[in-house]
Amino acid sequence: MAKITIDVKIPQGPLAEKWSNYKAHQKLVNPANKRRLDIIVVGTGLAGASAAASLGELGFNVLNFCIQDSPRRAHSIAAQGGINAAKNYPNDGDSVYRLFYDTLKGGDYRAREANVYRLAEVSNSIIDQCVAQGVPFAREYGGLLDNRSFGGAQVSRTFYAKGQTGQQLLLGAYSALSRQIKKGSVKIYSRYEMLDVVIIEGRARGIIARNLITGKIERFFAHAVVLGTGGYGNAFFLSTNAMGSNCSAAIQAYKKGAYFANPCYAQIHPTCIPVHGEFQSKLTLMSESLRNDGRIWVPKKKEDAEAIRAGKLKPTQIAEEDRDYYLERRYPAFGNLVPRDVASRAAKERCDAGFGVGATGLAVYLDFSSSIERLGQSVVEERYGNLFQMYEKIVDENPYETPMMIYPAIHYTMGGIWVDYELQTSIPGLYAIGEANFSDHGANRLGASALMQGLADGYFVLPYTIQNYLSDQIRVPRISTDAAEFDAAEKAVQDKIEKIMAIKGKRSVDSIHKELGLVMWDFVGMGRTKETLEKALIRIKEIRKEFWSNVFVPGQSTDLNVELEKALRLADFIEIGELMAMDALNREESCGGHFREEYQTEEGEALRQDDKFSYAACWKYSGEGKEPELITEPLEYEFVQRQQRNYKS
Amino acid sequence: MEKLINIKLRVWRQKDAKSKGAFETYKLDNISTDTSFLEMLDILNEQLISERKEPIAFDHDCREGICGMCSLYINGRPHGPDDDVTTCQLHMRKFKDGETITVEPWRSRAFPVIKDLMVNRNAYDQIIQAGGYVSVNTGGVPDANAIPIGKPIADEAMDAASCIGCGACAAACKNGSAMLFVAAKVSQLALLPQGKVETAARAKAMVAKMDELGFGNCTNTGACEAECPKNISISHIARLNREFLVAKLKD
Amino acid sequence: MNLFIINSSIGRKLIMSVSGLFLIVFLLVHLTINSLLLFGPEAFQAGCEFMELPIILIMVPVLAAGFVVHILYALWLSYQNMKARGDVAYASGKNSETTSWASKNMLVLGAIVLGFIGLHLAHFWAKMQLQHFIGGTPVEAKDAYELVAMQFRNPVIGVLYILWYGALWFHLTHGFWSALHTVGLNNSVWFNRLKWIGIVLATIICLGFTVITAFFLLGFDKCLHVAC
Repeated sequence: MAKITIDVKIPQGPLAEKWSNYKAHQKLVNPANKRRLDIIVVGTGLAGASAAASLGELGFNVLNFCIQDSPRRAHSIAAQGGINAAKNYPNDGDSVYRLFYDTLKGGDYRAREANVYRLAEVSNSIIDQCVAQGVPFAREYGGLLDNRSFGGAQVSRTFYAKGQTGQQLLLGAYSALSRQIKKGSVKIYSRYEMLDVVIIEGRARGIIARNLITGKIERFFAHAVVLGTGGYGNAFFLSTNAMGSNCSAAIQAYKKGAYFANPCYAQIHPTCIPVHGEFQSKLTLMSESLRNDGRIWVPKKKEDAEAIRAGKLKPTQIAEEDRDYYLERRYPAFGNLVPRDVASRAAKERCDAGFGVGATGLAVYLDFSSSIERLGQSVVEERYGNLFQMYEKIVDENPYETPMMIYPAIHYTMGGIWVDYELQTSIPGLYAIGEANFSDHGANRLGASALMQGLADGYFVLPYTIQNYLSDQIRVPRISTDAAEFDAAEKAVQDKIEKIMAIKGKRSVDSIHKELGLVMWDFVGMGRTKETLEKALIRIKEIRKEFWSNVFVPGQSTDLNVELEKALRLADFIEIGELMAMDALNREESCGGHFREEYQTEEGEALRQDDKFSYAACWKYSGEGKEPELITEPLEYEFVQRQQRNYKS
Repeated sequence: MEKLINIKLRVWRQKDAKSKGAFETYKLDNISTDTSFLEMLDILNEQLISERKEPIAFDHDCREGICGMCSLYINGRPHGPDDDVTTCQLHMRKFKDGETITVEPWRSRAFPVIKDLMVNRNAYDQIIQAGGYVSVNTGGVPDANAIPIGKPIADEAMDAASCIGCGACAAACKNGSAMLFVAAKVSQLALLPQGKVETAARAKAMVAKMDELGFGNCTNTGACEAECPKNISISHIARLNREFLVAKLKD
Repeated sequence: MNLFIINSSIGRKLIMSVSGLFLIVFLLVHLTINSLLLFGPEAFQAGCEFMELPIILIMVPVLAAGFVVHILYALWLSYQNMKARGDVAYASGKNSETTSWASKNMLVLGAIVLGFIGLHLAHFWAKMQLQHFIGGTPVEAKDAYELVAMQFRNPVIGVLYILWYGALWFHLTHGFWSALHTVGLNNSVWFNRLKWIGIVLATIICLGFTVITAFFLLGFDKCLHVAC
C-alpha cells in the first residue's frame, strides 16, 4: 500500500510573514454568495461560539449546536486563570516571537512552528476584541489592563478577570453569538447532540443530531461542518472536565475518516483538589494562577508526612526548615511556575516517595502564608477570593489559615482531530477548532493558552481559512436531507441506539465508566510504561466487551434519556481510551504530558527521541475491530533550534 | 469531619412537560457528609437503576459552580441551605441525620418543567439576544488599552458580569421576576465605556423582552440577591431602572 | 414618550413609586396639621381653616386619584406577579432571606391600611371636608377638635388606630426606599442610607400619629387644654 503523505498547506515565506501571505492570497467569498452557504458549527465554547458569531457576522448562514440548555454553559466557562497575549504592556520583554517560542518549548517541540507563530501573532487582537465586547478584565488603578504570570513563562502576559477569565471570555463570545441569533444569521440548536457527520462524495455535508428533549433523530445539511467540541479528558471519568464533556463528535469524525492526532498527549494539571472518596463525580481545578503567590511543599521528613496522614500533626506545625519546597529546589529559575507537566510529575514523585500528605497520601500543600504575610489577606483575597471560597466549600477548610491540599488531575487534551494549517481535517469540508483539534500545543499546553487558542481559531483563523474552501462551493445547491447518505447515516445512528437499548444488562453506565477511568489513570496516566500500556489495551478490550454485553439503559430512546446520552458517550470514551494507549505505546519517548518511564534523564526529566518521534502521529480508522493505520506528519523545525527543555536555570 | 448520615428525599417527578408531576419519596442510608448534593443524587440514581427504575433527571454540568446549569430548589431555597453556592457546590454536611429533604424544580411561568427537575431556561437566552451585547463585529476594534477604565468601575462591572444565568433569582422571587438577571447585564455594559453607547436601546429592548416572556414585576424583596450564587447586588437593579426610565423619558 | 407606564414593568412600577411617594408627602402634611391638636382647640381650628382654602380643596381630587392609582396598580401588578409564579407552588415554601418582612407582605399591609382608611374617612372626612363637595354642612372648624377628641377617647377606636399605624409603619419602611430604588435613585453606597432614612421617616409619621391618638386616648387633652 502506498504510504499516505500529508499535505499540511503551510504557506511559503519567512515565519513572521506566513499568515499575512496566506491572507493576502487566499480565496474569498463575496457577500451575496455568503448568504447561500450554510455552515454547521458544533459546540458553543470559546472556539465554537466565536466561530459561529464571526461567520454569522460575515453573512454566512450558520447552524450552531450545543448539548447544554444554553450556549453560555459550554465548559470553556470554567477556565479560571487567564488568557495569554504578547501585548508586552508590562514592558518586561515580551514579544510575538517570545510567546511563540515559549509555547513551542512548553509543548516540548511537538507542535507545528507555523501554527504556533500564527497563534502568537493573533493573540493581541483577541484581547482588543474582548475588551471591545465589554469583557471586564482586571485593571490597574490607572485604568489600564493588569497582567499576571503563568507557568512556563518569565514574563507577565496573562490577562485575567478575577478567577473567572474563561467565563468572561465565553460570555463575550456568547453575547456576540446572541447578537447574530437575533439577526437571524445564526440559528441555535440547544440540547442537541451530534451523533454523526454525513459525508457526500468525500466531503462533509451535514450532521445527524439527537434532540435531547424529544429523543428525535434529526438531519442537518451544510456546505461545511466545523467541530468545536472540546477534548476527551473524561475518558478518565474523574477529570476537571464538565460531566457532559465528551469526545463523541471527534470519534464520529474519526470513524468517517478524519485522522486523530497524538491522542496520548493529555495534560495532567498539577493543582486540583485531591480525590477524597469513591462517590466522587469530578475533580475541581484550582487555577494555575495560584502558583503566582502560593508555594508548593511537602514535609522534608518522612515521619512528619506520616504523622500528618495519621491526623496527628497539622501542616502549620511543621517548621519552615522542615518543609521541602521541591519545585523551588529543583527548578530555581522558574520555581513554582514551571510548566504543568513538570509540576505534576514532581508532585507524583514526592508522593510516590512517601512524602505525600492528606488522608490518602496523594496530596501536596499549596501554601499562601508567606504571600498573606507579604501582601496582606485583602490583596490575596482580591486576587483569588473566589477560588479560596470554592476550595472551602468543597473541603471545609479555610485556606487563609491552613495550606490548600492539591494533587494532579487530568485536565486538557492536546491531542485531537488532525487539522492542516487551515484547520481543515483530512475530510474536505470538515474543520476542527479549539481543544477538539490537535494543532498548537504540542505535547503540553502552557497555562492560559487554551483560551487564546480557542478564540484565535474562532475569531481570527477559521473565518478566513474556511472561505478558501467555500469559494469553490458557491455553486453547490443546498442538498436535500433526503439524500441516501443522510438515510444511511441516520439508520446507523438508530441502529446503534437500538443496540444499546436492547442490551438490558446489569451494569449502569457510570459503573463501567468508572472502571475505564481507573484503567486510564493507573495505566495511561502520569507515568506510562510498555507493560502498563499493554495491560491497558487488554483491559480496555474487556471493558468494551462488558459495555456492549452488560450495560443497562433504563427508559425509552424516544424520550429525554440521560442514561442513553451517557451510554452513547461512554462507547466513544472506550474508543478514545484505546487510541490513547495505542498511541502512547507507539511513542517510545517522553515529551510534555506523555511520560514513558523508560525514557527519562538521570534527574527524572522527560527525554525526547527527536530522531525517531519528531512527528505528529495521525491515526486513520480502518474499520471496526481492526487496528488503525498510523500516518506520520513530520515536524520540521526551520526557525527554532530544538533543545532539552530546561526550567532550572 | 466526615460523618455518615441517613436521609429521606421527597423529589418531584414529572414525565415530561405535559404530564402532571408528583412527589416521590426515597430513602438513602450512609451518605458521607463530604458528598456533594449532586453526588448524593448520583448515588440515588445508581440505586434506582439497580432497581431497574428510571433515574431522576436533573440539570448539571461543570460541578464547580460556574456553568449555571444546576438548578434545584431544596428545602425552600434555590440551591439549598448554603449561601453563595450553586447546587453542585452544596455539600451534605449542611444536612442533619434523619432529615427529610424536599427537592423541586425552579417554579416560574417562564421556566416550564421539561422532565423531573429539569426546566427550560431559554427565556434567559432570549433576553440576552434582545440586546445583552455590545454591537461590535470581529476585528477592527481599537487597542485594548486605548480607553482607560477606572479600577473601581471595572471591578463593579466584573461583579455584575459574574452572573451565571442559573435562574435562581427568578426561582426565589415571589413575583417570578428576572430583574436581577437583566440588571446584571445592563449594569455591566452601562458601566463600561464600550457598552455605554447603546445603554438606552439595550435597557429598553431587554426589559421589553423580559416583560413579553411573562416574568413578574420586581418589588425589591431582595430574595434574588440572597440566593444569587454569585452574590450579585440588587443595586444593579436601581441602575437598570435609572437607565430604563431615562431612556423612556427621552423618547 | 409612549405608554411605557402601562405596558412596561418598570413603567408600571414607576407609577407605583411616584404615587407612593406622593402619598407619603400627603401623610407628612396630614401629620403637620394634626400635630396642632396637641396645642389645643384654637391651634387646630387654624389648621382646619387652612384646610378649607380653595387651593387645598383643589388638591383633594388629586390626592384621591393618587390613592386610586396606587391601589389599582398594586392590584394589577400583584395579579401579574401571581401569574408569573406559575401554576404550581413550592411545596417546601419560600425560605429565602429578604430585605425585610414587610417587603414580602406589601399587598396585605396595603389592604390593612386601606381598610382603616375607609373607617377613618367615615369618622372624620365624611363629616368635615366631604361636605364642602356635596353641599352639605360640614362640622365647623371650631367643633372639629371635639370630634377628634370624642373618637379617640373611645378605647376600641383609639387602640385600633394605633394598630393601624403599625401596619402603616411596616408598609412605609419598605415602601420608601423601594420607591426610590425603582425610580433609580439608589446605588450600593446609598442602599443602607436610604433604608435607614425610610425607617426614620416611617417612624416619625407613625409615631407622630400615635402620640396624637394616645394624647386623647389617655386623656392628656383634658389635663392640658380643658380643665385638669
